[in-house]
This record gives sequence, C-alpha cells and structure tokens, in this order.
Amino acid sequence: MTETPDTAHGTRDARAPHRTPDARGHGPDGSGTGLDARLVVERGAFRLDVALTAAPGEVVALLGPNGAGKTTALRALAGLTPLSGGHLRLDGTALERMPPESRPVGVVFQDYLLFPHLTALDNVAFGPRCHGATKASAREQAADWLGRLGLADHAGAKPRRLSGGQAQRVALARALATRPRLLLLDEPLAALDARTRLEVRSQLRRHLADFEAVAVLVTHDPLDAMVLADRLVVVEDGRIVQEGAPSDVARRPRTDYIAQLVGLNLYRGEADGHTVRLDDGPSLTTAEALSGPVFVAFPPSAVTLHRDRPAGTSARNLWHCEIAGLETHGDQIRADLRGELRLAADLTTVAAAELDLRPGAEVWATVKATQTHAYPV
Amino acid sequence: MTELDVGAATGPPKGGPRRVRTRGGPGVPLPLLLPALIGLAFLIVPLVALLVRAPWRSMPELLTSAEVWQALRLSLVCATAATAVSLVIGVPLAWLLARVEFPGRGLVRALVTLPLVLPPVVGGVALLMALGRNGIIGKSLDDWFGITLPFTTTGVVIAEAFVAMPFLVISVEGTLRAADPRFEEAAATLGASRFTAFRRVTLPLIAPGIAAGAVLAWARALGEFGATITFAGNFPGRTQTMPLAVYLALQSDPEAAIALSLVLLAVSIAVLAGLRDRWMTAG
Repeated sequence: MTETPDTAHGTRDARAPHRTPDARGHGPDGSGTGLDARLVVERGAFRLDVALTAAPGEVVALLGPNGAGKTTALRALAGLTPLSGGHLRLDGTALERMPPESRPVGVVFQDYLLFPHLTALDNVAFGPRCHGATKASAREQAADWLGRLGLADHAGAKPRRLSGGQAQRVALARALATRPRLLLLDEPLAALDARTRLEVRSQLRRHLADFEAVAVLVTHDPLDAMVLADRLVVVEDGRIVQEGAPSDVARRPRTDYIAQLVGLNLYRGEADGHTVRLDDGPSLTTAEALSGPVFVAFPPSAVTLHRDRPAGTSARNLWHCEIAGLETHGDQIRADLRGELRLAADLTTVAAAELDLRPGAEVWATVKATQTHAYPV
Repeated sequence: MTELDVGAATGPPKGGPRRVRTRGGPGVPLPLLLPALIGLAFLIVPLVALLVRAPWRSMPELLTSAEVWQALRLSLVCATAATAVSLVIGVPLAWLLARVEFPGRGLVRALVTLPLVLPPVVGGVALLMALGRNGIIGKSLDDWFGITLPFTTTGVVIAEAFVAMPFLVISVEGTLRAADPRFEEAAATLGASRFTAFRRVTLPLIAPGIAAGAVLAWARALGEFGATITFAGNFPGRTQTMPLAVYLALQSDPEAAIALSLVLLAVSIAVLAGLRDRWMTAG
C-alpha cells in the first residue's frame, strides 16, 4: 500500500449515485426535511470542514480514525461545540445559533452519561420533564420508552446496577424520549464487551430502522458502521474522503485507511485497457478494462507466495518481495511484504511453515487478474 | 497510624539502632520514627492534659450554669446560620469559579481563598470598615434602613461566615472540578437549561462535596474567635460565643474554662466522626 490517493478526489462522484433525491426533497433555498449541514470548526491547528446531508429515516455513519474530527462534528450538531463557519439546518430550521437545550436533537453519548443519582425511569423522564411535561406524564412516557426497548423490568434500577447493554438501551430511550428530529450516537457500541456488542448491535439496528427522523452515528469500527448505517461518510483529518453505501465503500475504498479497515490492498495508477501502471511501482493486470486514473484493490487472501520464481503460472501479476513482518490474523498469518510492490498477503499457518517464512526472507508474490478489482478514481 | 501503634507496642529500643518492624512492611528508620512520635505527642498531649485536669467532680454544676448554655446555644445557632449563609452564596460562587470562564478568574479565586490565610482579627477589622457604623456600606445601611450590624448576633453570623465560607467554596469547587461536566452537557441535550442542569444533575452529584464543605465551614465557624470579638464584641447572651466564653472564663474561673473547652472538644470529635465517611469519598 504505497499509494496514498489524493483524498479529496472522487468524493462527489462517489456520493452522487447513492443519493436518493426523491427522498430528500431539499428545496434550492435549503428548506425541506432532513439534515443539511456544513460544519466548520477551527480549533488551533485542527480544522473540521464536513458537509452532511441526510433524509428523514436515513442512518448516516461518520467513520474515521481517532482524532479525525468525528466526535467534534457530532458535538457541533448537538450545539455543544460552536461552529466557526458553515450552516446547520434541520427540517428547514436554522439551528446554528440555537443553544443545545433548544435543539430538537437527541444524543447517545459514548459512555452513555446516565445520571447516576436517578433511576433508569427518571433518567428517561428527564427529557420530557425539561420539555414541560408534568412529573406523572413524563414518567408515563419514560415507562413507555423503557417498555419499547425491553427494559420495563429495570425501570427502578440505578445506572450502576445496569449491564452495559442495558445502560446503552436506557441511554437510547432517554435520547428518543424527547422525540428528536436528529439522533446522534457517539461510538454507541464502543463501551461494550465483544459478546454484548454483537447482541446490542442487532438490537440497535432494529431501533434505528424504526426511527423516523435523521440518525447520525460516529464510529471507528467499520463493522458497526456497515451494519447500522444506510450511508457511510468517511472522515480523515477533518475532511470527508469518501461517501457512499456501505457495500460500495467496502468494495471500492479510496484511501489507505478504509482499505486497511476492510482488509484490502489498494493502489492508484493509470489504466490502459487491462493494464494499470501504478504511480510509483510496477504494472498490474486487472480483470476490468479501463482507461485513465483508477484504483486497484485486491484482498490479501488473493496473494499467493512462492519461495522460488514460479514457472508456468497463469498469474500475470508477479513481484519479487521481501517479508517485512508477520502476524497472526484470525487463523491466518498475514505477511507484510515490501519490494517491487508493498502488499499484505494472507496464508495458512501450514503454508507459512512450508515456505519457511521469516522476516527478511525473499519471496515471489502472485495475484490473478481475476482477483483484482479496478475502478475509476 | 498502624505503623506507629505497632512500633510503640514493640517497646522502646534497647541499645543500638533498632528498626521497628511493621507487618509485612519495610522497617521504619529511626530518624523518621522519632520526630513522627514527637509530632504525635505534640498533638495529643495537650488534649490529654485537658482531660486530666478537668474538674470532673464539679463538672455537672459548671455545665448546667445558665451562662454556659447561653454561650453554647448562641455558638450553635450562629455557626449553623453562618453555614447556611455560606451555602446559599458559596455554592453558586464555587460553580462560577469551576464552570464559567471569565477574565480574572484566577484573581477572583485568590481573593476567595484570602480569608483562609488572613488573620481573623484583620478580617474583623475589615468587616468593621465595610459594615461598621461608619463603614462604606454600613453607613448607608444605618442611615437609610436603621440597620446596625456590628456588636449584634447578626454580626456574629457575618463574622463567622466571612471566615468559614472559603472552606466551603474551596471544597465545593474541588468537587465540581472533579465531577464530569459532560453530565451537564447530557442534560442540555435533553432540553435542560443551565440552571435546571445545575439543580437537577450537578447539585445531586456534588452533594457529598457540599456536605463535607458545610461541615468544615460549620466547624470553623463554631471555633471562630478573632473576627467575632473584633466585629461583634463580647456581650453575654448576644455575641458571646463559646470560644469567647472560654477565653473570658480563663481569666476568672479556670475550671469553668476547662469545662467549656471539653464541650467544644466533644463537639469537634462528634463532627470528625460524622465527617469520616464523607472525608474518604468526597474529592
């Protein structure tokens, strides 16, 4: 992965096919339903500048590495961090000057921030209370929400007596109880252990599917993003580098970060028919015939390693490499290769032993053209 | 404490540099142990002496005298009132210092802590200059409303609050700083105004810190002497609190002074016992 594609490129192109203009209904003046925002936040050397739009019912995931500005974007949407520029409209109403308590926005915080001195019921009733409901009515609504999320039995429990999954659902109920037009979820599954996570993820997916307004969630976990969201917005260094349907982003990554997340080798080069001349490396033979600047991606499992230069192989993509590192990856061994091309290769433990692989060893790597995937930049 | 207890129980060193062993721990070197024991004795012996010299036989008689009860009641009432005043204006002040960024916040915090280190007598004089009959505010109070503060029971409360409130403010501010401000943000996203968030979320969360601060302030107010005698004088039944009574009694009736001191000691121990649990948990 020697390639670092110019990240800003192709953002528009990638987004265009996945737009559903009929569902969006934005007028030219920005009126209409859903979210229409350009969030600019400047803090010292860091600058966040992302444009976000979403239709009611849509779940958008902000995906990106730590420090990319995802949480800052979320805080800006909630009004907890002031905007340095841009605009923020929700269902046609400008929110950018509104204090957080006046915004029709619900937030599920990463560590939930359930009020420790209140029961689950009173936590959920807090929002309706603040919106003017009487104590009795607020509690009635809260009980209803807890029931919907399967927590009726835990209404009287204080947060410290709830499990991680239960606390997460109470936090969701608390955010939903104010009937927000924009639901924000900050790393909603990060605080859970692996087993709970699986279960909560599918529950959360159901609840988000039922939610009729806009939902924006922030995560650094590609699986969470793919399972929960209708659309991914990948943020790196405060900018959007790619946008699109989860399957599309996974199949056609545009930056090293996403390629690594979804486990692909990614290169950029100039295509001429089935041959792609990489920007600073050898050529690649691809299945697709294209021309002009392209990305080429293939999974590490598509790479075959040989100790000696293979003779009579059908693979047209053959490179001489050196093993820079080895690590276990599930039940496989992942080899980090440098040389003519930098790439990751997966092989079984048995194969690794037979090849007598060790860092520094020289190998030949082959990839069948049919295993590669090329797409325009 | 345990180390020293064990050390004392092992008996005095018999010749040569002996090290006192503690359970599982390393030895305590003599150059540290000796001053530590002297320090302990220095703090404890005077209190023991108070108990030893107490006129136990005449105690019931001394403690049931009208003057003692008067002074004790006045002390309790004034210290409690001073604590209440400190709570009402001190907790919001602590919140302001902990949560709102404003220019000169460091300076304001320094001014708030000043009465902690200021000699109480100076505090009393300062209060006279502000609230005395010819003070910059007191003059107007006297002229316009006919309110006179110095040398009244209200004056006692003011003097005690002046000295004791910083303890509360510092304690509550520390608790507020330790408390996660994101709970207030969570409350805001649920539609709570800043005041509602403070009342319904922050206040319950910092309650242990407020309680600890209030007890500290109350104890400080109870023992207040310098500012009280300067600003409020020493009139039995009106401004003569226990510490003043002790001091006065020492001149004429030392036995009574010891008896009164024992009462204050008992109150202090009670406060300490009540505070112990909070002390450990509150930041």
